[in-house]
Amino acid sequence: MNMQSGIEGVILEELTELTLADVCRACTAHAESIIELVDEGIITPQGDAPQRWVFTGVHLRRARVVLRLQSDLGVNRAGAALAVQLLEEIDALRTRVRALEDR
Amino acid sequence: MEFKDYYKIMGVERSATQDDIKRAYRQLARKYHPDVSKEADAEARFKELGEAYEALKDPEKRAAYDRLGANWKGGQEFRPPPDWNEGFEFSGGGFTGGGMGGDGADYSEFFEQLFGRATQSRGASHGPFRGGAGHAHGTDRHAKVLIDLEDAYQGATRMIVLHVPETDAQGHVALREQKLNVTIPRGVRAGQNIRLTGQGAPGIGQGKAGDLYLEIEFRPHPHYRVDQRDVMLDLPLAPWEAALGASVTVPTPNGSVDLKIPAGSAPGAKLRLKGRGIPAASASGVAGDFYVVLQIALPPANDEAAQAVYSDMAKQFPGFNPRAKLGVSS
Repeated sequence: MNMQSGIEGVILEELTELTLADVCRACTAHAESIIELVDEGIITPQGDAPQRWVFTGVHLRRARVVLRLQSDLGVNRAGAALAVQLLEEIDALRTRVRALEDR
Repeated sequence: MEFKDYYKIMGVERSATQDDIKRAYRQLARKYHPDVSKEADAEARFKELGEAYEALKDPEKRAAYDRLGANWKGGQEFRPPPDWNEGFEFSGGGFTGGGMGGDGADYSEFFEQLFGRATQSRGASHGPFRGGAGHAHGTDRHAKVLIDLEDAYQGATRMIVLHVPETDAQGHVALREQKLNVTIPRGVRAGQNIRLTGQGAPGIGQGKAGDLYLEIEFRPHPHYRVDQRDVMLDLPLAPWEAALGASVTVPTPNGSVDLKIPAGSAPGAKLRLKGRGIPAASASGVAGDFYVVLQIALPPANDEAAQAVYSDMAKQFPGFNPRAKLGVSS
């Protein structure tokens, strides 16, 4: 194996300009379920109609987690959305706690 | 083959009702779901739980499992008796939603010996599968990677070792080590995910392979702290450097820089080195900043000469009250 160059990946959260089709493919979900996430305000793409929606990698990540929580934990969409929001808050707090503990 | 104690995994008695089992599954699934849990072995626990639930939630599978007897212990060498499933009818695992891997290939050898392989060739782990009959996307895989902060500044190549379940010609499932040489892109931050397209589990039929997601974590650094894309360093100064100003050499993850400390600097003051945090990952991205947080280090007063200097300072600053803000006079 060549040690100099590895497999190239992309940073999910840095992705910009994803289409609805890209998000569906990455979530292995139908467009309907992604549209429902947008209707619920869980992800907020730019653009005025589904064909022109532009998503970011952060939207994609959140959509994946919400869909996984829905299917694995049997929570409904609003519940999964609340969980994701709280998880993001916990992550931010953990970072701050770690910074304070390191001092 | 090792016996699996599904009741123990789910933390219920053998006499538990179907409702008890469902409740236990829901509780443990919330605890060990890999998106929620911070436990190191969450993914493995969640998979094991999904398998236990798959076996126990179906009354027929559960009855057959119960017939093996209550004397088996988890981990014990096990071979099913020839007539153990007489009179029962089942085939493979259905969809529990259990397990990140999700599809039947992820069940243990024990499960598959008892109940057979999954009946559905379900696609990627979550959501409905795409493509025609018999074709499905491969499962996405997830792993965490620990890198050094410096790797995010310069980019790096890292060897990742994954444990991949694989089925041999006899239908036995074993974990195989798979080594991948992965390029860590410059500018990546903790908590971000790198997507390696097509490096997940192979697809079924003509379905495409799944993707591999690597979640980035930084190894704790002895000097630097990281907050999103900003990096911080506590910089100790001698009292005279802080009071009179100085030019000092400051280490940063991509080389040291000379920093001018203004006269009269107070401890806790932050000096910003713009753009010297974690670099931008893309042309349109923004680089983080590097913050130097000033601290004052006191020289020890452990000999007469040093003590004389401190006493002299006390004489020189008769009106200095460091506790003035606390409302006490001395």
